[in-house]
Amino acid sequence: MSEIQQTDLLIVGAGPAGLSAAATISADHDFRVMVIDEFPEPGGRLLGQFHEERDHSWWIGKTVAADLIAQNTLAGVTIQCGVSVYGLELLPDGWKVLTSNGDIHTKYLLLATGAAEVPVPVSGWTLPGVMSIGAAQVMANVHQVKPGEKGFIVGVNVLSLAIARELVVAGIELEGIALPSSDLFATEETTPVAAVELLTRLSDAAPAPWMRWGGKLAQKMKLSRLIASCFPKRGVKVWDLPLQLRTALVSIQGVDQVESVIVADVTSSGEMIEGSQREIEVDFVAIAGGLYPLAELAALAGCPFLYVSELGGNIPIHNERMKTTLPNLYVAGNITGVEGAQVAMAQGRLVAHSISYDAGWFACEEEQKLLDAIDEVKEVRRSAMIQFHPEIDEARKRIYELFDHWT
Amino acid sequence: MKKSLRISHHPLLGEMDKKVISFTYNGEKLQGLEGEPIAVALLASHIRVLRRHEESGSARGLYCGIGHCMECRVQVQGKGQVRACLTPLQEGMEIQEGSRLPNAITGRVDS
Repeated sequence: MSEIQQTDLLIVGAGPAGLSAAATISADHDFRVMVIDEFPEPGGRLLGQFHEERDHSWWIGKTVAADLIAQNTLAGVTIQCGVSVYGLELLPDGWKVLTSNGDIHTKYLLLATGAAEVPVPVSGWTLPGVMSIGAAQVMANVHQVKPGEKGFIVGVNVLSLAIARELVVAGIELEGIALPSSDLFATEETTPVAAVELLTRLSDAAPAPWMRWGGKLAQKMKLSRLIASCFPKRGVKVWDLPLQLRTALVSIQGVDQVESVIVADVTSSGEMIEGSQREIEVDFVAIAGGLYPLAELAALAGCPFLYVSELGGNIPIHNERMKTTLPNLYVAGNITGVEGAQVAMAQGRLVAHSISYDAGWFACEEEQKLLDAIDEVKEVRRSAMIQFHPEIDEARKRIYELFDHWT
Repeated sequence: MKKSLRISHHPLLGEMDKKVISFTYNGEKLQGLEGEPIAVALLASHIRVLRRHEESGSARGLYCGIGHCMECRVQVQGKGQVRACLTPLQEGMEIQEGSRLPNAITGRVDS
């Protein structure tokens, strides 16, 4: 076991939130900042993301990450990768963090651990070649290895469409994007009607123009059921993606790895149509069950939680300043609710000002910066290309109210 | 001979500039890029089966890609069982498919 390392601020997670927090705080103050991450390189999910902006320019996460890493290096922030955290202990003057690289003592601790994916255990999902859609994204965009020659995506949601488009850009052939068959996973979210409702929320990022102008109208007039029932059986091509709302995945087939999928036609409420089953040859399947906040470390620390479906799952109680109910423990990024990387970065900048304020430096000056940073997060959320959920602001307010009640 | 799964010219992300190195998997000599996760190097060579399930013996491979699901365990000479999705490939690495973990309830020791 190596010697105990000492720091003023330890950030767990070198993704958009963690790196932004580190860059912001170290630019302003002489503060020892250390960032650790389990992945072998810093950047988190920024590394594998890119999307087309409204002005048709491409936002490339890898470039954004390189920029943040450079800022941190310049400011003297230590970034350690390949380090896992397995324990947290509250000390009188901070936190003791137990890691695979020895113990770290820190005054302030920021958990910016991001999100993980909800698995959808369809028949055959354990076969090699079946992976979470995030894994397919990392293979193709971070390591530039195709998850396979020809694939199928299970799950219709914001994440699956965004990543499906990235896979197509990388030259990977997709046979279809469809829902799981709902006799197995009958939730409101897996019916064609629910999928149309979701697509209407994609706003400017919607994969086809008819969805952009049609989406808002459909939402207003509650047309989702009608659209779902009119959706062509063989699907439509949007963003060059073979989106199939009237097809559901029944099972994944193969001996030692994926060889094919069995799909069937479904009604608009998701019921399978007898005799419509057919086999499609593929060599990989990406499962997109949506994201949930990766909050185990907050639980380990002893944070109270609230389940908030709009934010993707159980959220450690925190306030608008990103403070948890425990001393010197902060959260930022997707651990506070599932949203895009740009929101996570704004939250990182916010939490940096919050910690500076609590550390007591130039309190008057810092308070204004902190209030501005709170507004900035809201502004970034409002102008985001993809709205993960329409009621995020209201959902977050419920958590903040609970924080006030708790402390 | 199957086509490599490597994306040689990504239209937006450019090319990878990592050194090509040699390693073995279950005794077979293979090549990969230095520092890329073991699972990636294996996938590029069309190897997806990383271990067998303890009880059923069914094939398992990479699933989550973030070190969370523990499905991709492989055996690396000198390092023991590691997660193939997080462990960087090094020159000369000798990798075997993950061994089955013992089970105190059934009494199965190992395989």
